[in-house]
Amino acid sequence: MSFEPEVRARLDADAKEIIGRYPKARSALLPLLHLCQSEEGYVSQDGVMFCAEHLGIAPAEVTAVVSFYTMYKRRPVGEYHVGVCTNTLCAVMGGDQILADVKEHLGVGDDEVTDDGKVSVEHIECNAACDFAPVMTVNWEFFDNMTPETAKRLVDDLRVGADVKPTRGPESLCTWKQASRVLAGFNDGRADQGTQAGEPSLVGLKLARERGWTAPEANGEGGTTQ
Amino acid sequence: MSTTLTPVLTAHWDDEDSFTIDGYERHGGYKAMRSAFDMTREDLVQTVKDAGLRGRGGAGFPTGMKWGFLPPDDGGPRYLVVNADESEPGTCKDIPLMMANPHSLVEGVIITCFAIGSDHAFIYVRGEVLHVVRRLQQAVKEAYDKGYLGRDILGTGFDLDVVVHSGAGAYICGEETALLDSLEGYRGQPRLKPPFPAVAGLYARPTVVNNVESIASVPAIIDHGYDWFASMGTEKSKGFGIFSLSGHVTIPGQYEAPLGITLRELLDMAGGMRGGKRLKFWTPGGSSTPLFTDEHLDVPLDFESVGAAGSMLGTRALQLFDETTCVVRAALRWTEFYAHESCGKCTPCREGTYWMRETLKRLEGGTGTKEDLDTLLDTCDNILGRAFCALGDGAVSPITSSIQYFRDEYIEHVERGACPFDPAASTLWGANA
Repeated sequence: MSFEPEVRARLDADAKEIIGRYPKARSALLPLLHLCQSEEGYVSQDGVMFCAEHLGIAPAEVTAVVSFYTMYKRRPVGEYHVGVCTNTLCAVMGGDQILADVKEHLGVGDDEVTDDGKVSVEHIECNAACDFAPVMTVNWEFFDNMTPETAKRLVDDLRVGADVKPTRGPESLCTWKQASRVLAGFNDGRADQGTQAGEPSLVGLKLARERGWTAPEANGEGGTTQ
Repeated sequence: MSTTLTPVLTAHWDDEDSFTIDGYERHGGYKAMRSAFDMTREDLVQTVKDAGLRGRGGAGFPTGMKWGFLPPDDGGPRYLVVNADESEPGTCKDIPLMMANPHSLVEGVIITCFAIGSDHAFIYVRGEVLHVVRRLQQAVKEAYDKGYLGRDILGTGFDLDVVVHSGAGAYICGEETALLDSLEGYRGQPRLKPPFPAVAGLYARPTVVNNVESIASVPAIIDHGYDWFASMGTEKSKGFGIFSLSGHVTIPGQYEAPLGITLRELLDMAGGMRGGKRLKFWTPGGSSTPLFTDEHLDVPLDFESVGAAGSMLGTRALQLFDETTCVVRAALRWTEFYAHESCGKCTPCREGTYWMRETLKRLEGGTGTKEDLDTLLDTCDNILGRAFCALGDGAVSPITSSIQYFRDEYIEHVERGACPFDPAASTLWGANA
């Protein structure tokens, strides 16, 4: 089975645009794979063939790349793919318990999807948000300072389709496929939504303002080290 | 006189529209770009050299010198690649920077490309941060719309295209040559050096690879002068940097300060350890930098002083753990990470991280032996300095340093046949439970 003709035509146009960004076509492979996931939710054998054809490389070369990167899935994930950070700091701050509780609550194991196809769960590595620990992601949007209770409520909301707003992200979640399309380089026009910075990102600045600390003026005083 | 905070990169993050081009230009954004266009390329490189800016991605290599290593123009393309693949455990500064002020990075990219004679730049951002990807895409588009990117920028005859490229989940791609392989559409595995990227980088052409914070610091240097930048920090570690405090601290977050500030000073600003508990161990610059303890509170956080005390400044990712935390568990979890992220190219790292993980699992679970400690250190010896890239070296840091400072705690696991700690006590909600 391969893509329906109208799907294929649409994807071909996208692929052409992606390849056009790069001096050499092969550089487009990672975004092309994100594009495949935006269509099917994972990288199928059709997706592999599609990339190979566009780049003029062997399917095995595409597969070798797919298998190297954890964000590419070879099986469908949920409409909402949940990540729980269990790298050391988040694990210690409670990520281990959150992951265990969420999996038990949903009745799924690592990388498994709920029966209704709504939610899948994965343990993720450090997502560069340690000052918000413990951290979770849904379709790669940030959910900060989670607890087992807020985590379970979150996945319940995802399953029933309730409104869910990331801590630092747009006003509402997009689907896994829509997220993949942004990663392929097609902006969804939602960059203006949501906060510019979470509270921990601002604590140093706030303290500096309170105490009147600034960087030195050019050729002036301030900001010294003893 | 004690050290104070010096917000520069973070100075306007509390404006609600700080990520927009209007918000950025309201505070003088893109002024440095115009100044740079009136300078010669040589002067720009020299200014960054004289400022003493050193790479903010961990290794601390002088940024201006990196630019200066490019061979003379031969008429062919040369590239700037921004390493926005922030993934070192504990490191969380570039992501908030790109979310709150992506234009400081875009302006830095324009100035840098003008200085090195590049007309094509790539921002390689990790894929797992969707909203940051959106903000970067929008910032680049806004810069194009204003005529700051594209053909004949502001009538200078200078052309520049910038592509935001999302990674796909692989820590190793933070290593600059693995990143280049990944950007070329391959598995992200490190390359043999030399040749260095300056000579043969992206598509085997001269390439500068710089960290986000390094590049974002360039506009301020051009605006205020190299001597202004160099007036902050220490003699060999000049300027300001973002220090990221996380873990068992009362007020975790981002603190921008001159290099050379101490953890004691930062901890005082951050309200101390939560619940008044004792600081047990911490990383000065991510999990690949050997652990420090409460004996190291007064080590100036600059490249030289941290190195002299037995660790590395790294990315100023200060992960703080209090006395409720089992150091063996922490070492195990970091080791599981390195084993997972080892790219498999070289044997010492691929096999070594696997065996270290297995040995640590036994020890943490209480079924290890005292001999396991020697086995662990022996495995570390066979990785350190023998791995193909820095991932392997980094992987041994948590193990060797935790055994150095907490050998008794490892032994206690062996003698009790169990871990003596309650993980619930270390959690966000278990603080005073």
